[in-house]
Amino acid sequence: MIQFEHVSKSYGKNHILKNMNFTIPDGKFVVLIGKSGCGKTTTLKMINRLITPTSGRVLIDGQDISQMNPSDLRRHIGYVIQQIGLFPNMTIEQNVSVVPRLLKYDKDKCHKISENLLESIHMEKYKDKYPSELSGGQQQRIGVLRALAASPPVVLMDEPFGALDPMTRDELQIEIKNMQKRLNKTIVFVTHDMNEALRLADIIVFIDHGEIVQMDSPEEILRHPANRLVRDFLGKHVSEEQKPFKVEDFMLTKVKYVRSSRGVRECAEMMARNSIDSLLAVDDENRYIGTIKIGDMMHWGRNLETVEPLIRTDARTVQVGEEAKESFDYLLDTNADYVVVLNPDKSIAGIITKTSVARSVAENLWGGEES
Amino acid sequence: MRTIMATYGHLLLKAIGVHMFYVTVSVVCGFFIGLIGGILLSRIPRASFVILPVVSVFQTIPGLAFIGILFLIIGMHPVTVLIALTVYAIFPVLKNTYEGILNIDPKYIEAARGCGMTSGQMLRMVQLPLASPEIVAGLRMAAVYTVSWAVLAAMIGLGGLGDFIYQGTASNNNTLILLGAVPAALLAIAIGAVIDLLQKKLTPKGMQEVVDR
Repeated sequence: MIQFEHVSKSYGKNHILKNMNFTIPDGKFVVLIGKSGCGKTTTLKMINRLITPTSGRVLIDGQDISQMNPSDLRRHIGYVIQQIGLFPNMTIEQNVSVVPRLLKYDKDKCHKISENLLESIHMEKYKDKYPSELSGGQQQRIGVLRALAASPPVVLMDEPFGALDPMTRDELQIEIKNMQKRLNKTIVFVTHDMNEALRLADIIVFIDHGEIVQMDSPEEILRHPANRLVRDFLGKHVSEEQKPFKVEDFMLTKVKYVRSSRGVRECAEMMARNSIDSLLAVDDENRYIGTIKIGDMMHWGRNLETVEPLIRTDARTVQVGEEAKESFDYLLDTNADYVVVLNPDKSIAGIITKTSVARSVAENLWGGEES
Repeated sequence: MRTIMATYGHLLLKAIGVHMFYVTVSVVCGFFIGLIGGILLSRIPRASFVILPVVSVFQTIPGLAFIGILFLIIGMHPVTVLIALTVYAIFPVLKNTYEGILNIDPKYIEAARGCGMTSGQMLRMVQLPLASPEIVAGLRMAAVYTVSWAVLAAMIGLGGLGDFIYQGTASNNNTLILLGAVPAALLAIAIGAVIDLLQKKLTPKGMQEVVDR
């Protein structure tokens, strides 16, 4: 159990942390999240005394860590950093066994430990290689092993996957989560990536300007974000906040329509020019009447003066302000080409086509335009 | 050539021996003093703003003047030469050790502290190995310079290859000058090569490409 009691940190007049009070229970995956400079890394580094509080105490299992020998404390807390920091002068095996060697375990034991750990991630064949011969993802895997080598109950991770490519990051996130559950470690993990936090955390601690804004389970944070900043961080994950889509959000507004008193030839030419196979028809007051199809014009249009007799009224219409979902369902179920959207005064507002459906699906999946 | 060798061969060998003695002793002493000084200095980077310029002042005193002054104080004794050469050998090692340690990427220091290394362990396991290419470069510079400075020993009558050069210049005998200068130059090149080899051996394997760049 890690306890922060009234912990503050300031550099001169710059207050980094303000009266932090919280408890991290054993065996939990705790993610500290916030904007850069919010104090999350400072908080993390206080746990292994890389940074000392200006006031307040940090306790591990009830013991004030400021009373412990710092080197001794750190040897019993795993530490993984974003820049990985494997020692380039040591082989992979030597890197993994650094902490056991500092703890003066005998040679055989050190060797066993690194061998077992390397085998557990199928990297035993790299044991005599040097860090520079490994890829970034492999290096950070070794970085994690180095932190685990002396079986510390607590592991601190400072944006460990921040510098990795998305694929490798995904893999390592899964591995680290499995490892944490299997070995029942307490992990304190710093990130600014809400995806990562939601994926890994049992408890998310949201920090802003050196203060805890919210400390809750991911589920609870998603359901009740404490303030606007938390909600912004959650971004697309907050689906409850989304209003149902309206038809006008997805309709096409550049629609070709004609007066019903127009001649057949004129209409045919208009269709040809715009490469479309139907037109919307309106009366003299611009009110929607129906649709004209190219097929009808070919069949019966030859002897007609105006297009009026060709107008069909079977197209589905909806009013501006209605939910888009019904129209989408209709388009998908009936194989109709479009739904006509009308303003309250019956004038044409636009049409909804299958392209609109596709756009809506895309926005749901990827959270709309990146703006 | 043969007559020259017959006349001076024995003297030449002796001179090379004396020269090597001066170089070896003073470079070894200078290296350790410089190394320890550099390590201590790296612990207090703020002091280096004062100490480094002061030490480098010695570097700017002409070797001739420095040996002359020491000669006045200590007298005609090999120690005079050794002290002077040692002082000159210290600076490159000191400066490179200091800079080599300070230039280590902070991520390694943070990782080392995070692992729970004490400062002594960090020095031994991380800082010195990572700074070793620069430290050896300092040693090389010190050794090569010392070979040429050791020529000055002859100025106060203490032998070495400088003997030939001084006699040559005094008697306007070019052969003698070359007899001193050429071995001195070869000696410098040889020592440089030996240290390069040492550097290859000493550089931690995982860092070799860093050195090669």
